[in-house]
Parts: sequence; C-alpha cells; structure tokens
Amino acid sequence: MAKFKKNTKRSSGAISTASLPDIVFMLLFFFMVATVLRTEEEKVKVIRPEASELYKIEQKHLIRYINIGPPQDKRYGTEPVIQLNDQFGEVANIQEWVAQQKTTLDEKEQNKMWVSLKVDKDTKMGIVTGVKQELRKASALKVLYSTSRRDRTISD
Amino acid sequence: MARREIPEINAGSMADIAFLLLIFWLVTTTIDSDEGIRRQLPPPIPPDMVVPPVVARNVFVVLVNANNDLLVEGEELRIDKLKDKAKEFLIANGDGLTYGDLPENENLPVRAKVNKAEIAASVAQYEQLVKTADTDERKDNLTKVLNNYREKLAAIELFGKEYKILPASALISMRNDNNTSYDTYIQVQNELEAAVAELRDELCKDKFGISYKELEDNYEKNPTDQNLLNRIEAIRDVYPQRISEAEPEDAGAAY
Repeated sequence: MAKFKKNTKRSSGAISTASLPDIVFMLLFFFMVATVLRTEEEKVKVIRPEASELYKIEQKHLIRYINIGPPQDKRYGTEPVIQLNDQFGEVANIQEWVAQQKTTLDEKEQNKMWVSLKVDKDTKMGIVTGVKQELRKASALKVLYSTSRRDRTISD
Repeated sequence: MARREIPEINAGSMADIAFLLLIFWLVTTTIDSDEGIRRQLPPPIPPDMVVPPVVARNVFVVLVNANNDLLVEGEELRIDKLKDKAKEFLIANGDGLTYGDLPENENLPVRAKVNKAEIAASVAQYEQLVKTADTDERKDNLTKVLNNYREKLAAIELFGKEYKILPASALISMRNDNNTSYDTYIQVQNELEAAVAELRDELCKDKFGISYKELEDNYEKNPTDQNLLNRIEAIRDVYPQRISEAEPEDAGAAY
C-alpha cells in the first residue's frame, strides 16, 4: 500500500503553453509570406476549366489578366462580360488596353507580356474568339488559358 | 518612494488571439496560381497572303459544333478518344525510332527519312552561302536555315540512326462554333497537347532516359548547355507541336 501512495503523490507539472503563441505566430507569418494577395477585385464569377498540360509562368510581373464570366453583381445581368484589370470592358477596348498595359513594362520586356485569360467554363466561345482576334491585332500573342489541374486522360 | 509591484500580465489568451488572426488570414486569402494552357497566337494574316493548297491526308481536322460534339477526320468521336486518334496521326507510318516502321495508311501523312549525307551536304552548302552573303538580313536568314540543318545532323548523332519526320504541311487543325462552350474548347486543346506530350515523353525516355519535361527543366536551369538544347530540338523535330486554329468566320456562317 505504501508503494501505491508514493506513486499517486507525484504530481506531473502542467505542460507549459508559453510557446504556443510563438508557434501560431510563426504559422501566421508563414502564410502571410507564402500567399499572393489578389491585387484586383474580381468583378466576374469564374469557375476555371480543368486541364492536365499545364504551364506555369515564373515571371509574374509579365502577366496581365482578362477575366470573362457572368458578373458577380446580378444587377449587371447574367450574360458573360469582360473584366480588364478592375473594371468592365468591351471587346472594342482591348487593343487600347493592351497598348496601355505594355507601357507599364520595361521597353525590352514589352513583347514578352503574357495575357492570362481567366474564363468561366460555361462561357460560349464567341466572346472568347472576339477577344483573341483583338489580342492578335494588338500583337499580344502570348496567351495563357488559365485552368486548374487534373490528371491526364488515361488511354485504353 | 514606494516600490509598486508590477502585476504579471496573463499571456494565456495570446494563443487565442494569434489563432484568430491565423484563421482570418486563411479564410480571406485565395492562393492564386498562374497555371494554364500556353498558346502563341498567330499574327494577323495580311489580306494579300496566298493560302497554299492543303493536302487532306496531312491535316488532322477537329471540328466542334454548338452542342459540343466532335467531328474528327469526318467521324464523330468522344473526347476521351481524341488523344489516341491524334497520336495515331502524329505517328503516321512510324518515326523510325520508338515506333519503327509501320505500314503506310492513305489517310495519314507519310514520314520521310532524314538522310544524313544529304543533310551534311546542305550544311556545307549553307555554310558557304552564309560566308558570301552580301547583306546582314540575308545572312541572318541563311544562318537560321543553316542552324536548322545543323540541329538535324546533331539529332541523327543523338538518336544514333536516321529518323523519319513529318512533312512540313502536316498539322492539327481545330475549328469551333461560336456557341461551343469554353470548357469543351479547353478540353480539346488539352487532349491535342497531351498527345504530343506523351509521344515526346516516350521518345525522350527511350533515347535519353528522362522525361521530356525533365529535359526542358534542365535546359531552363542551364540555358547555355548546347547539348541539352540539341536534345530538345531533336525530340521536337520528330514530334512537332503544330496545332492551328481556323480563322473564325462571321456569325451565321454555316459549318
């Protein structure tokens, strides 16, 4: 009995949680550094299609975005619209927009500009083709169709 | 002066505060990835350009209608079969390497052997022409042709044998309707690209022991390595990526 008593008396000191805030802060800082903040407000709803043959652009400063999809705000209707940077645009504005975007780049990098098309997967091709034709006329020829990742189709 | 004792502040809630901040951050940020299918658009066609006649067997035609149905080489096809069909077209009568020699099919292009002696002769000929070129512009153009022949010669060395290439007019052509959905368009583009990528991978693994993607990554890390570049060009020469899109026609056009 005496042995039992001896054992129960030994107290296991409380685990110190003093370093918990530090750990959590470290996590927080990691996420803050690792995430890229979206610089532009999304005015259109885009669910991207999935694809397997992906290319990742390393030089992010060369990318300019065109979003196409139904407006977030239902007051603007439900038909797909074009968003150039942070405002709505028309197909007719694209050449002007490209020219303006090119001036924001270094002169020797101007023909390396990428246009990333973020298009909702239920959009009809008509509007996309229109945009592509304007991009060709504006000689912004490097295009990335933004997609999410999936596995390659398995051939049988 | 009375020494007042400073009470210790309880830091127990510090963790909670930090957790709140962390969760707020996790919920509000979206990780934006810039990944997708890469395409180089063709420059606008000058109005006076003469379109060369097309040889039907050299063109792999993919049509997509407003209901997202595919018509491939005149036959209806499900999208999950598109990749294999495209590979069949690209292999044609065999590349002389991984696929060896296959019987000719009258609906597929004919790959022709790259003749080492002929290429060597062309290299010598163009070297002479570059030396004697009178203007800089002409010199540049000739140098491009010369480099092309040199790459072919290097490819024969790398593969260790004479391989077969597709005719210059062989290409994959896609045309879609204005009412085709963007998703279908992307899936078609993706499958066509996957066909080329798989064939390149097979060849690259067979000849160089690594995947084509790895080879490209290696080259990106050492952009001055001529040997890696030669390997990439050799693979590309056997399986070129030539996906073209038809000029869109005005709405209402019947196709």
